[in-house]
Amino acid sequence: MRITTTVNNERHEVDDVWEGESLLYMLRERMGLPGSKNACEQGECGSCTVYLDGVAACACLIAAGQAEGRDIVTVEGLAEGDDLHPVQQAFLDAGAVQCGFCTPGLIVATHDLLARDPRPEDSQIRESLAGNLCRCTGYEKIIDAVKLAAGRMASTSAGGGA
Amino acid sequence: MEFLTPTSLQEALEAKSAHPDAKPIMGGTDVMVELNFDHYRPATLLDLTRVPELAECDRDNGSIKLGAGVTYTRVIAELGDQLPGLAMASRTVGSPQIRNRGTVGGNLGAASPAGDSHPALLAADAEVELSSLDGVRRLPVDEFYIGVKRHAGRDDELITAVYITPPQGPQQFCKIGTRNAMVISVSAFSIALHPDRKEVGTGIGSAAPTPRRARDAEIFLAEALEADGRWESRGALPEGLAREFGDLVKAAASPIDDVRGSAAYRLHSLSVMARRSLGWAWDDYTSARKA
Ligand SMILES: Cc1cc2nc3c(=O)[nH]c(=O)nc-3n(C[C@H](O)[C@H](O)[C@H](O)COP(=O)(O)OP(=O)(O)OC[C@H]3O[C@@H](n4cnc5c(N)ncnc54)[C@H](O)[C@@H]3O)c2cc1C
Ligand code: FES
Ligand code: FES
Repeated sequence: MRITTTVNNERHEVDDVWEGESLLYMLRERMGLPGSKNACEQGECGSCTVYLDGVAACACLIAAGQAEGRDIVTVEGLAEGDDLHPVQQAFLDAGAVQCGFCTPGLIVATHDLLARDPRPEDSQIRESLAGNLCRCTGYEKIIDAVKLAAGRMASTSAGGGA
Repeated sequence: MEFLTPTSLQEALEAKSAHPDAKPIMGGTDVMVELNFDHYRPATLLDLTRVPELAECDRDNGSIKLGAGVTYTRVIAELGDQLPGLAMASRTVGSPQIRNRGTVGGNLGAASPAGDSHPALLAADAEVELSSLDGVRRLPVDEFYIGVKRHAGRDDELITAVYITPPQGPQQFCKIGTRNAMVISVSAFSIALHPDRKEVGTGIGSAAPTPRRARDAEIFLAEALEADGRWESRGALPEGLAREFGDLVKAAASPIDDVRGSAAYRLHSLSVMARRSLGWAWDDYTSARKA
């Protein structure tokens, strides 16, 4: 079947999509967007987290056909040109990236968390990222990165009035 | 494979009638796992995410009509005050990503004994609405579960909503798992107090082939509270009552040993959860009087 979607503000039209395939497969294998990772295909690891109509979800659990006509944002859509999003920069600066496989999903999940709650407590960070697994970092640096991003985003929006 | 995308309830029911073997897909958090792992390949997928009627949540006549396609995230945000038991259960499901997509209707459709919404629906005397081109019927939720992952809906029917009259008294839900997030219940329990009709509701999860109530425990507790006027006095529970209630809840279960836990552990944890959740519910009930 043919699927038409908007991904990162660009209209994409893909043909010959199998009716049973996931949005994750379509993004990675048919649209050239490998940022969302495939680690489990069962909703357990969160590495495939994307926004579907503004709602964070596991792309591996969305049927490609369910994305027809919808608006999708992937990790590739968060940076502005060469300027990393503050969440991405914070992950780098805090040392929250080791092998990096979990990072795209964590970036999207953190982006979503900070949009809902700009200054989350540790417990809220852990709760909100409970669906994202990391095998390398032990999570402490990830929590540091979330707090670093929250602090920077709060000060730019307070200072710049943006 | 065919992919059907009805955009109204009427179209969805027509599609289900024309393709009784079509696999409904809502949040996809159960269906897509099975497809990704090639556990089965339906001839037809029936996407219900574009059916606006299923995503509605209405209040009518003191009862709540929860559309089958309402997500856990919405249950938590929109119904936390009226259905705290179901909202607590929803909060324990998966992760934010899973709760953003997964629905109570999908939990019912999967009819897993481990589904977390079931104990809360049982304790609150919910009714499941099943619709087809032939009409609409409502089943008490305890008649809906008929076997391991099997429910009473027909092939030409869709689950369209759940009706729940918010219990007048406190509600509690607890579940045991290996982690505080992202776990399938090893065992689960929910209680609701119905002081207006001097009844108690319960629901047991993951400890029998289907979710089920603990009827003897419900009757025992309601009668004990009635006998010494405690529904009115709201006095402290007598020594041993909660423990006896817990034992009766345990007696209502018939769990198996599996990878998640042994039958013995399930029985023990159920009796502990039943005792504790009664304590919490009763504390809420007594403090409601003082407030
Ligand atoms: C990582 C992960 C963690 C999870 N954690 C939990 C948990 O903690 N607790 C828990 O209870 N569950 C959990 N689940 C299971 C799942 O999320 C729930 O069962 C959820 O409620 C399913 O809802 P859905 O809308 O995604 O259903 P879908 O996957 O779309 O459908 C589920 C079933 O219901 C049928 N169905 C859906 N809608 C209808 C309808 N309107 N009429 C008839 N049939 C219908 C489908 O055909 C299918 O058989 C988890 C799943 C994952 C992947
Ligand atoms: S690949 Fe989607 S959650 Fe793991
Ligand atoms: S950095 Fe390797 S999995 Fe997280």
